[in-house]
Amino acid sequence: MRASSKRWRAPLLSLAVLIVLLAGWHAATRPPAAAVGVDPAYAALVGGAAAGGGQTPVPGPLEVGTQLWHHLQHPFYDNGPNDKGLGLQLGYSIGRVLAGYLLAALVAVPLGFLIGMSPVVYRALDPYIQVLKPISPLAWMPLALYTIRDAGVSAVFVIFICSVWPMLINTAFGVMSVRRDWLNVARTLEVSRLRTVLHVVLPAAAPTIMTGMRISIGIAWLVIVAAEMLIGGTGIGYFVWNEWNNLSISNIICAILFIGVVGMLLDALLARLARLVAYRE
Amino acid sequence: MSLFRNPFDADSRLSMRCTCGRHASQAEHDRAPDDAGSRVVESAVMRALFPQDSVRRAFIKSVGAGTALAAVSSLFPLGAAKEVFAQPAGPLEKTRLKIGFIPITCATPIIMAHPMGFYGRQGLSVDVVKTAGWALIRDKAIAGEYDAAHMLSPMPLALTLGAGTANAIPWTMPAVENVNGQAITLAMKHKDKRDPRDWKGFKFGVPFDYSMHNYLLRYYLAEHGLDPDTDVQIRSVPPPEMVANMRADNLDGFLAPDPVNQRAVYDGVGFIHTLSKELWDGHPCCAFAASRKFITEMPNTYQALLKAIIQATAYAHDPAHRKEIAAAISTPNYLNQPVTVVEQVLTGTYADGLGNVKQAPDRIDFAPFPWESFAVWIMTQMKRWGQIKGDVDYRKIASEVFLATDAARLMREAGLTPPEGTSQGFSVMGRPFDPSKPEEYLAGFKIRRA
Repeated sequence: MRASSKRWRAPLLSLAVLIVLLAGWHAATRPPAAAVGVDPAYAALVGGAAAGGGQTPVPGPLEVGTQLWHHLQHPFYDNGPNDKGLGLQLGYSIGRVLAGYLLAALVAVPLGFLIGMSPVVYRALDPYIQVLKPISPLAWMPLALYTIRDAGVSAVFVIFICSVWPMLINTAFGVMSVRRDWLNVARTLEVSRLRTVLHVVLPAAAPTIMTGMRISIGIAWLVIVAAEMLIGGTGIGYFVWNEWNNLSISNIICAILFIGVVGMLLDALLARLARLVAYRE
Repeated sequence: MSLFRNPFDADSRLSMRCTCGRHASQAEHDRAPDDAGSRVVESAVMRALFPQDSVRRAFIKSVGAGTALAAVSSLFPLGAAKEVFAQPAGPLEKTRLKIGFIPITCATPIIMAHPMGFYGRQGLSVDVVKTAGWALIRDKAIAGEYDAAHMLSPMPLALTLGAGTANAIPWTMPAVENVNGQAITLAMKHKDKRDPRDWKGFKFGVPFDYSMHNYLLRYYLAEHGLDPDTDVQIRSVPPPEMVANMRADNLDGFLAPDPVNQRAVYDGVGFIHTLSKELWDGHPCCAFAASRKFITEMPNTYQALLKAIIQATAYAHDPAHRKEIAAAISTPNYLNQPVTVVEQVLTGTYADGLGNVKQAPDRIDFAPFPWESFAVWIMTQMKRWGQIKGDVDYRKIASEVFLATDAARLMREAGLTPPEGTSQGFSVMGRPFDPSKPEEYLAGFKIRRA
C-alpha cells in the first residue's frame, strides 16, 4: 500500500505542476473587457483587441487546446506545396534529420576510429576539428545554398555538419580510452588487427559512441527547425515560420509542443539503443 | 498610366480618373477582359511608335482611330504580333514550372494565377512556392530551382549589375506586378510624432536593401532633412517578421509591402502613417522576373508564362474582382492572413490604426508595363546611396533588364528596330524626374553618397 502510494506521488506532482501552469497562463491571458464607443465600421476592419485600442493578446490555453485538437484530427492533409498537415511537416523534418544524421554517422564513426587509433592522425586533424566544431551549423547555410544550389540538400548538409562533430569526437575518445590490458591480451593471443578492431575495440567503445550519437540527434533536431525556417518549403520549421507570418501564436505553440514530443521520442530511441550496447566491467 | 487603355482612343483624358472614379481611366469602362492581351500589344506598339503622349494624341486626333490603326498595321504586322502573342509559336519546352513568391499582396497576379487557373489555360502546370525571404528567392532563382520568381523590381537590375552578388548575372524583368501598395507604418507609441523631422534615432525596417521600399524611405527621410545613414537606422527585415519586431519594440516603423501594414493595424501594433502613393503615385514595386537564360532557352514557355501573368494582372487591375481575389489568396496556402486584412489592402477601404476608416481605391494597382524610366530612376537611387559605383549606362541596362513587353521583342524578330518609346517622366514627392537626364537628377539631391 505504502509502495503504491509512493509510486503515484511523482505523476501526481507532475499533474499538479501542469494544472498550476495552465491556470496561471489562463489568468494571464484573459481578454480585457470589450471597449465601448468604438465606431462599428472601424471595429469590423480590425482585430477584436485593436478595436479597443489594445494589441492582440497572447492566446490562452483554451484557444491553443482547440487548435491542438484540430491539428490532431487532421495531421496529414495536403493542400498543395505551401499548406500541409503537421504530421506531414514533421515527417519531412524527420526525414531530413535522419538523412543528414546517418550520413554523418557513416563519416564520423570510421573517421573517429582512425583518429582514436593513430596518435599521428589525431594530432594532424585535431586543429581542423577544433576550428570547425564550434561553428554554428546555420552559418554554413548561405555557403551551402550557394555551392550545392538545392535548398533541400543544403538542409541535409547542415544537419550533417552539426551532427558529425559529437559523433567524431566521442568515437575517437571511446577508441582511445579502450583499456590497454584488453588490447595487450588480444596482442598476446595474436589476434589480427581487423579482428581486434571489430571484437575488442568496437564493443569496448560502443557506449561512448552511442553517447555521441545521442548528443548528435539532439543537436540535429534543434538545428532542423532553424534551418527549415530559413529554406522554407516543407518541414516543421517552415510551419512555424508560416504561422509566424500569420502571427498565429496558438499554431506556433502547437508546433512547439510537437517539436518537443518528437525530440523526446528520438532521444528515447537512442537511449534504448545505447542500453543494448552497454556493458559492466 | 495603364497599359490596358485603348491607345487609339483620342478622347482618352490625361486625368488619372474616370467619371465613376473607380477606374484608372475613362477608356477602361468598355475594356473587355478577354482582349487585354491584344490591347497590350496595340498599346505597346503605339507607345513605341509615338513615345510622346502629345504626339500620339495629335496623330490619332487628326486621322481618326480607325485610320491610325490601319496606318500602323501597314507599318507593323499588328495582327501577326497579336496572334503570336496570343498563340505560342511552337510547342512548350517545359510545362511543369516552379515559381517562387514572398507572401505579400504585391505577388497577387503570380499567386492568383494558380488557384484561378491562368497558368492552366496556357497549358502550364505551375507550382507557386512560398519562400522565406528575398535573398533566398534570389539564390534559388540563380540556382535554377525556380524557373521564374517574384522579385522586387530593383533586384533584376542589381543582379545584372552584380550588386550584392558574387558576379553579375543577366536577369530580366518582363512585367511589373503592382504599382503603389506600400505604406509607412509607425508603432502606436509614435502616434503624435507625425512630422518626419522628429524621427531622429528611429529604427526602421525595409524588406531588402535592393527594394523600392529602401529607396522610397530614404528619399522620404532625405526630403525632410534626415540623413538615412546617420540620423536613423534602416534594417533589412523580412516582411513576415516586421509586425512581430514592431510589437517587440524592436522597430519604430517600417516602409513595408502590404498586407504587413494592414496586419500591424489589425493587431493594434501600429498605424499607417502614409501610403506610398502619396510619395510617388504609380511607382512600381514588385516584379515578375526570370533569368535571361530562361527566356532565351525556352522562348515559348516564357511567352505562355508571361501571357498568363499579364492576363492575371489585367484581371487583378479591375476593382470589381478585388474581393474575389482577396478570398482566393488569403488562404494558408498563399498569404496566410485574415481575409479582411487582404481585402482592405486590395479594395482600399481600410482602417488606419488611429480609429479612422479611409478610402483609397488606388491604394494598390496592377499594371504590367515595365517602363524603362522606372529602371533609370531605380539606378539613380542605387548610385545615390552607394550601392553601385562609377559610370552607369542607364539606358542600356534599363532596356536589357526591363523588357518593354513582348511586342518590342517581336518587333526585333520582324527586323524592325524598336523605337525608344518606353520612357515617361514622372515626379517623386514633387521633384520632377527626366529619364534622359539621370546624372543631373542625381546631382540635384543634397543628401547623397555619390
